[in-house]
Amino acid sequence: MRTDTHVPIRDGATAPPSARPRRATYPSRAASQVLAGLLLLVFVVFFILPVIWLLLAATKTDAQLVHDNPLSFGSWHQLRVNWDELTGFQGDAILLWLRNSAVYAFLALAITLAVSIPAGYAMAMMEFRGRRALLIITLVVMLMPATTLVVPLFLEINEVHLVGSLWSVVLPFSFYPFGVYLTYIYFSTALPRDLLAAARIDGCTEFGAFRRIALPLAAPIVALVGFFSFVANWTNYFLPYVMLPQSGQYPVQVGIGLLLTDVPQFNPTAAGGTVLRPELALATLLGITPVLLVFLFAQRYLVSGLLAGATKE
Amino acid sequence: MSTVTTGPARARARRAPWRAVGAGHAFVAGYVILLVAFGVVPVGYGIYFAFTNADNYFAGFSNFVQSAQDFRYVPALEHIGLYLVIWLVALVILVTGLALVLHQLPVRRLSGLVRFVYYIPGALAGAASVLVWLFMLDPTVSPASSFLRLLGYSTFGNVIAPGHLAILFAIIAFWTGAGGWIVVMYGALNNIPHDIMEAARIDGAGAWRIARYIQIPMLRKWIVYMVILAFATGAQLFVEPQLVSEASLGVAGRDYSPNQLAYDFAFQNNNVNSAAAISVELLVICLVVAAVFVTRSRFFDAN
Repeated sequence: MRTDTHVPIRDGATAPPSARPRRATYPSRAASQVLAGLLLLVFVVFFILPVIWLLLAATKTDAQLVHDNPLSFGSWHQLRVNWDELTGFQGDAILLWLRNSAVYAFLALAITLAVSIPAGYAMAMMEFRGRRALLIITLVVMLMPATTLVVPLFLEINEVHLVGSLWSVVLPFSFYPFGVYLTYIYFSTALPRDLLAAARIDGCTEFGAFRRIALPLAAPIVALVGFFSFVANWTNYFLPYVMLPQSGQYPVQVGIGLLLTDVPQFNPTAAGGTVLRPELALATLLGITPVLLVFLFAQRYLVSGLLAGATKE
Repeated sequence: MSTVTTGPARARARRAPWRAVGAGHAFVAGYVILLVAFGVVPVGYGIYFAFTNADNYFAGFSNFVQSAQDFRYVPALEHIGLYLVIWLVALVILVTGLALVLHQLPVRRLSGLVRFVYYIPGALAGAASVLVWLFMLDPTVSPASSFLRLLGYSTFGNVIAPGHLAILFAIIAFWTGAGGWIVVMYGALNNIPHDIMEAARIDGAGAWRIARYIQIPMLRKWIVYMVILAFATGAQLFVEPQLVSEASLGVAGRDYSPNQLAYDFAFQNNNVNSAAAISVELLVICLVVAAVFVTRSRFFDAN
C-alpha cells in the first residue's frame, strides 16, 4: 500500500530534478500519513483494549460480564464484593501468593544486583585471567532458553534436597546473565578507564575505586538491571510451578493458574467451581499491579536506558 | 570455567595494564558461583540424564530414540515450528513497520504516548496474559465478540480449536512482547545519524525508500538480536498451552509444546531421562539457531 503512494517519487527520481516531483508528493504524503495513523490506531486498540477490559471486568458481576457492554463500568460495590469473594478463596490465598511473589522477586533481585554489578564492572574495567572466557560464556548462557533448563534444574535441586524451599526458586532467579551483560556494556562505555587509572595511581584500592567511582555512577544500570530482573522474576511461571509443590508457596502467577481451574466456565469439571470470572479478572489485575507500577515509574528512565544501550551496542 | 577462579596467572599479570589481577576474580566470584550452579551444572546434568538410563548406566541415544517415538513428539515439534514461523514473521514485519511509522510521526509527544501504550501489555507477561486472552477469545464476554462471531466462532471451543492454537499463541506472545521491541527499534532508529537521513531526503527519497535503503539495513543488527531472543523464548513455549489446556477441557492437549512434553515425561511418566533428552534437544536447537544468526549476520563484529 505504501509503495503505491510513493510512486510519484520514483518517477521523480528518474526525471531531471525539478520542483515538479516534489509537488507531486504532497497528496501521496497526506494519504500515507492517514494510512500510517490508521495503522498506529489499530494497534493502539489491539494493545490497550484487553487491559481496559480487564480493569472494567473486575467491577462487574458474572452476568454483567456476559450481558452488559464489554466496555461498561460495573460498580464500586461489586468490586468490593468480588474482592471479598476472591480473598475468601482458601482463606486469603491470593494475598499469600502476592506476598510469596514479592519475597521471591525481591530476594532474587537483591542477590542479582549484589552479584552482577561487581561482575559486570570487573569484566569491563579490570584485567584478569579468564575474563574473555567468562564474557563468551555469559553471552552463550544468555542465548540459552532458560525454560529448557527447568527439568535439569529440578533434578539438580532435588539432589541437594531443596525442592519446595524458598531457595529452589530464589537462587535460580538470581542467576541473571543478561544483567551482567548489561552492566558490562554500561561500564565499558560510560566509565572512562583513565579515571580508574588515576584513582589507582592515587593509591585507591580496587575495591575503593569500585565503591567511590563506579558505584556512584551506577544508578542507571542498577535501575535497568533491577527492572528487568524484577519483571522476569515476577512473571516467571514454569520454574515455581515445578519447584514448589504446595499451593501455599505459590507465587501469584502460579496461583492465578490454580484459580483458573476453579472457574466453571473454563473448566466444566469444576462443577462446584467457586471462582467467578470477574474474581479471576480481579486476581489477574492484582497479580500484575506491582509490575504495572514499576512500568509506570520506570518508563522514562527505562526508555532512555534502552536508548543508551542502543548507542553502545 | 575453572580457569576463571583458579590459577595465579602470573604471565598475564606482567602484561596486564592494571594491578587488578587478583581483585578481578574477587569481583566476579559471586557471579561465577551462580553461573556454575545454575548455568553450567544444569546443562551438564541434563546431558548426563539424557545419555543414561534409570539405573545410571550409559544409554547412548536410546532416550532420544524413545522420546522421538512417543506419539506426541512429532506433533509437538510441528506445533512449535508452526508457532515459531508465525510469531517470528509477525514480529519482524510488524515491529519494524510500526517502529518506522512511529518514527515518522511529526509530534514527538504523541509518538512517546503511543510507544508507552504498546509497551503496557509487557507488564502482563506470563500467566496473566494467557488469562486475559482466554477472556478475549471467549465470544460470550470478549469486547471483540462481534468480530469473533463475524469469523463464524460463537463459542470458546470454536475459537480455540486445535488448528487455531499456533496463531492464538502467536497473538498472545505478540501482545505482550512486541511493545518492548518497538521501543528498542525506535531507539535504534533515533541513533541513525541525521545527516544520512537528510542527504537522502534532499536527493528526493521518500519515506518508503529511506526505510528500505537506509533505516532497515541499519536496523539489521537489532532485528537479528530480536529474532534470536524471540526464537529462544518461543521455542520454550509452556505457560500458554498449559493454561489453555487447563481452561479448555482437553481441546488443547497437555502436550502441545516440546517443553510440556518434557514436563509430562518427568512428572507424569516418571521418566526423567527422556525429559532430559528433550531438554537437551531444545537447547541444541536454540544454540544452533543463535549461532547461525550470529555468524551469518556478523552480529558481534562491531566492537
